[in-house]
Amino acid sequence: MLLVFAESVKGQFKKAAFEAVTYGHQTAQVLGKECVALVLGNAEGAAQLGKYGASKVLHVGDDTLDQFDSQVYTSVIAAAAESVGAEVVILSHSSTGKSLLGRLAARLDAGSVAGVNAVPTNDGAFKVQKGVFSGKAIATYQLDSAVKVLSLMGNAIQPDASGSDVVVEALSVAVPASRVKVKSVERVEGIVPLPEAELVVSAGRGMKGPENWQIIETLADELGATTACSRPVSDVGWRPHHEHVGQTGIAIRPNLYIAVGISGAIQHLAGVNSSKTIVVINKDPEAPFFKAADYGVVGDLFDVVPRLTESLKKFKTA
Amino acid sequence: MKLLVCVSKTPDTTTKISFNEAGNEFNEAGVQFIMNPYDEWYALVRALELKEAAGGTVTIVNVGPKANDTVIRKGLAIGADSAVRIDTDPKSALAVAKQIAAFAKAEGFDMIFLGKETINYNGSEVGAMLAELLDLPFISYASKMEVAGNTATISRDIEGGTEVVEVDTPFVLSAAKGLAEQRIPNMRGIMMAKRKPLKVVPPVEANDPSVVVHYDLPPVKSAVKLVDAENMDELVRLLHEEAKAI
Ligand SMILES: Cc1cc2nc3c(=O)[nH]c(=O)nc-3n(C[C@H](O)[C@H](O)[C@H](O)COP(=O)(O)OP(=O)(O)OC[C@H]3O[C@@H](n4cnc5c(N)ncnc54)[C@H](O)[C@@H]3O)c2cc1C
Ligand SMILES: Nc1ncnc2c1ncn2[C@@H]1O[C@H](COP(=O)(O)O)[C@@H](O)[C@H]1O
Repeated sequence: MLLVFAESVKGQFKKAAFEAVTYGHQTAQVLGKECVALVLGNAEGAAQLGKYGASKVLHVGDDTLDQFDSQVYTSVIAAAAESVGAEVVILSHSSTGKSLLGRLAARLDAGSVAGVNAVPTNDGAFKVQKGVFSGKAIATYQLDSAVKVLSLMGNAIQPDASGSDVVVEALSVAVPASRVKVKSVERVEGIVPLPEAELVVSAGRGMKGPENWQIIETLADELGATTACSRPVSDVGWRPHHEHVGQTGIAIRPNLYIAVGISGAIQHLAGVNSSKTIVVINKDPEAPFFKAADYGVVGDLFDVVPRLTESLKKFKTA
Repeated sequence: MKLLVCVSKTPDTTTKISFNEAGNEFNEAGVQFIMNPYDEWYALVRALELKEAAGGTVTIVNVGPKANDTVIRKGLAIGADSAVRIDTDPKSALAVAKQIAAFAKAEGFDMIFLGKETINYNGSEVGAMLAELLDLPFISYASKMEVAGNTATISRDIEGGTEVVEVDTPFVLSAAKGLAEQRIPNMRGIMMAKRKPLKVVPPVEANDPSVVVHYDLPPVKSAVKLVDAENMDELVRLLHEEAKAI
């Protein structure tokens, strides 16, 4: 049996949850097993997880689970895993999933791999891959433990909703008291957070100053993209810290990453080089970023970016 | 307060990466190694600040071979009081965590600091494992922390936002950008580090349930396709038809 923990926020599932269930289903097929989804706290639309391949959904509906505490969640997920006899437990590689992966591995004395990006293989040994060394290599892990715990990198696989709704069963497990008090939770509303964004427009020092960001925001709006920036730009306060991508910022792998006025230093690339398609706009034809790009435009960003926005407008109305 | 900071050693991001011919071992020759930035810049410095404000001790621990002593000495030069190296070179995060847990359990620390992840494998695993093995709360991705008495108020990074939590000691915390400002070791620190204790302790029994059996280089990217700066219609067409990105 495989158990997928499907994350939800205020009863809403994130795309990462659909990816995780799809991945669980695909892994279950490799192993000739069934995939069960687990939902904690408020989760209204849980039945739809069946569309992504869960054969049933287990739900622990305790109110205290609406607040995240890795210790409490681990206890509950481990109990659910034991009750269904899970051999593989799958999480999303999100801040929540990453805070649980190690705990669950220790609890279940399981082998674990963080941020897998492909479905495991099982030719006598259970093997699975992930990117390592800032995207400069791919490592294949072998897991020999009875139970295995994996977290799935965002945007690594396409959610597949070709199935149908399934039953949601209440699961009764003990929910221990939390030793952590959540005082407040703040999320930027209205925009897709960077780690989940499929389209990203990012800009660097080539912008000259924060007053020039309007053209980036207009382009991002036109695309429905989330904005990001290079480190020096957030360090000097031109942009907020949560936009900083790269080795010391957030690592992302959107479908499209448009880099404007960013040179492409290795520490920047470390956070973005797994993006599916990379477009680089830079006036310097020697900028290192062009080596990592799929499409490049050599030109002045103050001309090119508004022109690209115009072309997108035309494309959308055509 | 008795504070523990876990530090790991990692290749610098700019280092060229290579493997042996069989593709199952990372080639260490000629590689520039550093202390993991999250451990050095944020975890260690915040621990030192707390000690400076309220008294106590800061110990650093590393699980690894003798070659790691250079990195450990740097931690002492930045200001840690003492260091412990657990003398084994595990192949899995769980084995590392079991070593640190055995040591920490015997010592009883008030707070245990780690980096949010090591930048080689980006596992982000050891902290959570350690917390579970010690049955302690784990506050991950901490970007701000205030301490009053035995209670810490901590801001943690979550997707697209921040969560603020309150927790009493003892607990385990992983450090993200913002928790502190990097400190460069000075000459005096470097001299003093030579006289500070670096204790080497034998490992406990721990197996590796998950190991890397093979490394591959990523598929080579095909050369960039240049699009005329005057012709953004063409870029849009390519992104739609060829890349299927929009
Ligand atoms: C340990 C360490 C960690 C780091 N972590 C990160 C990280 O996480 N993320 C990160 O981004 N950086 C990181 N850095 C910094 C990194 O090395 C680079 O310094 C940084 O990415 C450069 O930012 P930039 O590309 O915006 O600026 P620059 O390197 O100054 O590049 C600006 C670019 O804009 C172009 N340009 C200028 N004017 C125009 C114009 N009018 N039209 C078009 N193009 C124009 C220029 O040709 C140039 O290529 C780190 C560095 C270190 C040492
Ligand atoms: N060998 C090690 N010795 C001591 N601490 C470690 C070791 N490996 C990892 N850590 C700590 O665990 C954190 C997370 O590492 P990782 O799970 O490897 O991403 C690091 O930032 C260190 O604080």
